[in-house]
Amino acid sequence: MSLPADVLIELYRVMFTIRRFEETVSGLFGEGRVPGFTHSYIGMEAVATAFCWPLRETDMMSSTHRGHGHAIAKGLDVSKLTAELYGRSTGVCGGKGGSMHFADFSRGFLGGNGIVAGGLPTAVGAALGRKLDGTDDVVVAFMGEGAVNHGVFHESLNLAAVWEVPLIAVVENNQYTQYSPYEALTAGGNISERARSYGLPEVKVDGQDIAAVYEVAQRAIQRARDGDGPSLIDVETYRFHGHHEGEEQILGVDVYRSLDEIAEQREQRDPVPLARQLAVDAGVTDGTLAAIESEVDSEVEHAVTFAEASPEPELSAALADVYADA
Amino acid sequence: MPETTYREAVRDCLAAAMRQDPDVFLMGEDIAEMGGSMGVTHGLLEEFGKERVRNTPISEAAIAGAGVGAAIQGMRPVVEIMYQDFITLSMEQIVLQAAKHRYMSGGQVSVPLTVRTQGGAGWSPGAQHAEQLEAWLCHVPGLKVVYPSTPEDASGLLWSSIYDDNTVVFFEHRTLYPIKANVPEALSPIELGKARVHREGSDVTIVAIGRLVHVALQVAEQATEEGISVEVLDPRTLLPLDEDAIINSVMKTNRCVVTHEAVTRMGFGAEIAALVQEKAFDYLDAPIERVGSKFTPIPFAPVMEQYVIPHEEDVMAAVKRTVARI
Repeated sequence: MSLPADVLIELYRVMFTIRRFEETVSGLFGEGRVPGFTHSYIGMEAVATAFCWPLRETDMMSSTHRGHGHAIAKGLDVSKLTAELYGRSTGVCGGKGGSMHFADFSRGFLGGNGIVAGGLPTAVGAALGRKLDGTDDVVVAFMGEGAVNHGVFHESLNLAAVWEVPLIAVVENNQYTQYSPYEALTAGGNISERARSYGLPEVKVDGQDIAAVYEVAQRAIQRARDGDGPSLIDVETYRFHGHHEGEEQILGVDVYRSLDEIAEQREQRDPVPLARQLAVDAGVTDGTLAAIESEVDSEVEHAVTFAEASPEPELSAALADVYADA
Repeated sequence: MPETTYREAVRDCLAAAMRQDPDVFLMGEDIAEMGGSMGVTHGLLEEFGKERVRNTPISEAAIAGAGVGAAIQGMRPVVEIMYQDFITLSMEQIVLQAAKHRYMSGGQVSVPLTVRTQGGAGWSPGAQHAEQLEAWLCHVPGLKVVYPSTPEDASGLLWSSIYDDNTVVFFEHRTLYPIKANVPEALSPIELGKARVHREGSDVTIVAIGRLVHVALQVAEQATEEGISVEVLDPRTLLPLDEDAIINSVMKTNRCVVTHEAVTRMGFGAEIAALVQEKAFDYLDAPIERVGSKFTPIPFAPVMEQYVIPHEEDVMAAVKRTVARI
């Protein structure tokens, strides 16, 4: 599928924003400037970008522990995300969420999740609700490949299929379930085949190719809008960083995958330069793309400045929002 | 006022809420044609149809999670977990998702979900269909916990639970379903967090929940024959707790017995005992007595089951121990 130049430009902008944001976060984490721990989306940018691009603001999306890319792709403000990582009052959740719990319900972003597959039942319910409300809104649920071996994966897919809710379940198979190759932990190996057991189409796509993911995403989202039921999409992707930032300091390198493998993936399968090349091939000038890159660099730099200048939260805020007022 | 059973009171309240509000709908295992394992929702399918009275697979995590998702996107789902023992299978979605979305997102969203469940011993269902787990839920900030003991309380409290903007876990006791009382025909909401004094007295306060409220009332009746004046107080809402009502009662009677069917150790009664000694220590004339089940799973054999769970004589013995201390 060949995408028009103007679409490629905007897709590239999102992908490049995720990349620059995550590289920046990685640096901040390495310097100890942000607390907690964080999981990098670097290498997987095409997936969130392609699946969020066709979504309306009233469409919803549930995310994972590795959710920065999802948040950016759904249009959340980069400065507020950065401030959240710093635990500042100006963060998207006022500093109470952190890296794994970005949320913006006004944009249909139902939140990251610290529990593998934890957001999936919620996404099924949200999709049911959109359907019962008589809308043709859809819900995209991202999850890692580790989620497919979780009990609620089966419960949720089964429920979504028997109720024909407008859910697009996207498995981001980045090849490693925490610190293990996914094949070692996943019976049958082929995740897409599991769709058949729910009576759903079997779909596998190369997650490093923005055009390919875009086409699959469009089709699945349209299927859900048309009332034809849920989809399970097996996206083959790769993460360039560890399970979490700073992994190498704890585990060392060359432990569960080789540096050569990572280098090869970066060399040949990096979705960001691949998308850039697609844009160039479609006639977009290098100058246009360089201008976008420069804008994004400024946006991310500004986000860090904004976050670091933002006040710490009031301690009393820690006691608020436990309950909704009557 | 017509005589209504506890079971009918729950059903009538669900029907009234669904008539008033299209956002209220039900999900649970075999709740439609069969009316659930206890027949509580029987007849609702005919009036409201299968879109709003939804049979689910045996998927307790997905049932609760679908409730969370439907709630955060604007509906007021009521889900039924067939036995409260099975709520252990839903705990991740209730404790880590429902109870925390509002907080983690900095107050962006509310989760107006009601989780109805039932259980309790007294009919030899065995160890996996008879326990009382209300204390588990009371330990979770972000949840509300309601446990009515009478038909009129079931009706009024369920209404308030459905219309509360927080997730409410609503416990029903299996053996209370057939009991009858006069329930107002026009639904009369009861505010959450308000205790009910069933019987006033001056010598000792029994704080009782669920089935044990009825036991406590029997004990109070018998105690009058021995010249002991017993006050019986049912918190009805366990979280938030009507602390003032309990403290005021104990300040008047100077003695306190707490009783529930759950095991005594780490039970709801432990919190009541702590509360009373913190806020009314100088008023106490006797140690606070706790009466609950022995610390075992619920055995099957009827004689063993009856041996393990608390009865009138246990509560009466506790009352006498407190009044014996002058």
